[in-house]
Amino acid sequence: MIELTDVRKVFPARRRAGEVVAVDGVSLRVQAGEFAGVVGPSGSGKSTLVRLVNLLERPTSGSVTVDGQVLTDLPDDRVREARRAIGMVFQHFELLDSRTAAGNVEHPLELAGVGRAERRRRATDLLDLVGLGERAEARPAQLSGGQKQRVAIARALAARPKVLLCDEATSALDQASTASVLELLRRVRSELGLTVLLITHEMAVVKAVCDSAVLLERGRVVDGGRLSEVLTRGHSPLADALLPAPVADAGAGHGGALLRVTVTDRTPETVVLQTLIGELGLAVEVAGGSVETVAGGRYGRLLLRVTGDLDRLEAGLRALHDGGVVVDRVPAHGGVAAGSGATR
Amino acid sequence: MSDWGRVYPQLFEATGETLYMVGVAALLTVLLGVPLGVLLTVTAPGGLAPRPLLNRALGLVVNLGRALPFIILLVLVAPVTRGIVGTTIGSTAAIVPLTLGAIPFLARLVETSLREVASGKVEAALSMGARRRDVVRTVLLPEARPSLVAGVTVTVVALISYSAMAGAVGGGGLGDFAIRFGYQQFRTDITLLTVVLLLVIVQLLQWAGDRWARRLAHV
Repeated sequence: MIELTDVRKVFPARRRAGEVVAVDGVSLRVQAGEFAGVVGPSGSGKSTLVRLVNLLERPTSGSVTVDGQVLTDLPDDRVREARRAIGMVFQHFELLDSRTAAGNVEHPLELAGVGRAERRRRATDLLDLVGLGERAEARPAQLSGGQKQRVAIARALAARPKVLLCDEATSALDQASTASVLELLRRVRSELGLTVLLITHEMAVVKAVCDSAVLLERGRVVDGGRLSEVLTRGHSPLADALLPAPVADAGAGHGGALLRVTVTDRTPETVVLQTLIGELGLAVEVAGGSVETVAGGRYGRLLLRVTGDLDRLEAGLRALHDGGVVVDRVPAHGGVAAGSGATR
Repeated sequence: MSDWGRVYPQLFEATGETLYMVGVAALLTVLLGVPLGVLLTVTAPGGLAPRPLLNRALGLVVNLGRALPFIILLVLVAPVTRGIVGTTIGSTAAIVPLTLGAIPFLARLVETSLREVASGKVEAALSMGARRRDVVRTVLLPEARPSLVAGVTVTVVALISYSAMAGAVGGGGLGDFAIRFGYQQFRTDITLLTVVLLLVIVQLLQWAGDRWARRLAHV
């Protein structure tokens, strides 16, 4: 549904600042119906990247295809038409203060030349859909941040787009509003069969809603994939960012061996514990880590300290490996920090 | 001072002339100044339709208009006035320089107001497939409306002050009245009365403008 091919965006030099390469050769593919995320630190080019999808920024080179249409080949007036099939939600909502909630939802329909009665009807339906049917006549100033973003989502959906772009849509919201807005996004995605591309710097957001994600750094994609696959990796930049490598609890006992275990749906920690404790007769202590529900599955990373008769440990680990479990032994000399910088 | 019976009708007439000149000039100023302000905004670098050369040229003309003392403008545009009104004398003739003097003033205020509309709102409209003129019509002007009303109020008040000089071209009005009946005939009481009358008009205008702007502001 969305395809970026080797897209570059260079902002020309201004005064003393040299030219800025905001997006540096990104290729990205989002399937129809997918909820895709782009994560990265601030300044990594995420916001520019999302603006390249609906050509709010024209790429310096490379091509952008949305719903089979090569947008980068279209003249400006055709791009404007194509944008109606691409809804967009912003960090600061960008509702018009001069209009009511309903008036804001009607705005894109007005631009598309839809008649007044039809606009009213559609705005009412959409505000009901986002749970704000009662507040149709409220002004943005009378709404909370979460409510404003709901109105903005209703507005983005007004012209029945196939694609929804979210630029840090929850970054200005508190935790409760973030959760409810994310829940709403997931719901409209399934109810309306949308393809969603979400930009965020918060890993929690990716874990809460995305099917897939790419990690952007300095304008380049450094890692990516379906979350259910990324999270089964023992180590990769995106996996480490999503599930920070556990740090050994300083209070835990010393001696023995440290094991790093990647917990997934198919290889829960019980399998590992069964082998270590049941078959090898070792004592196991959890030295660090966490397990959480991501993309509907249970994923996590644990750091286990095993003590006892370690002679058969290597053989046991090999057997686990063969069974598809990602587990490895942390080298004795402080190798715990492997996969560092994980809290991005 | 038993001549008040003679003064009042004259004062009444002068008030009418001021309101007429200022009213018509204000209307024309809004009709021409707002579009000029829009043009200044959208052609600016980083604007909706950047045209750096046009923008600089317009900026120069607008600044020239604001730099000229009104009395000089009055004389300079006399040929234009004659072309439009047919004469350079009288209230109607005074409307031309008044309007020409106020347009650049209002245009700058409009530009400032429009610039204050968050660029994210413009971007949101563009993302919905808005054309540039849609952005001006449905985003910039409505969102800036409270501030635009305030700008128009300031401009109308400035027009009242400019109009005092219309007497120089026989335009009449309160300013002219104050000079001819008050100052030149050493009648401080008449001068004061006129000033009070002008103050009342300005106060009323400012009050109405503020109220209107507040009603439009939904923030």
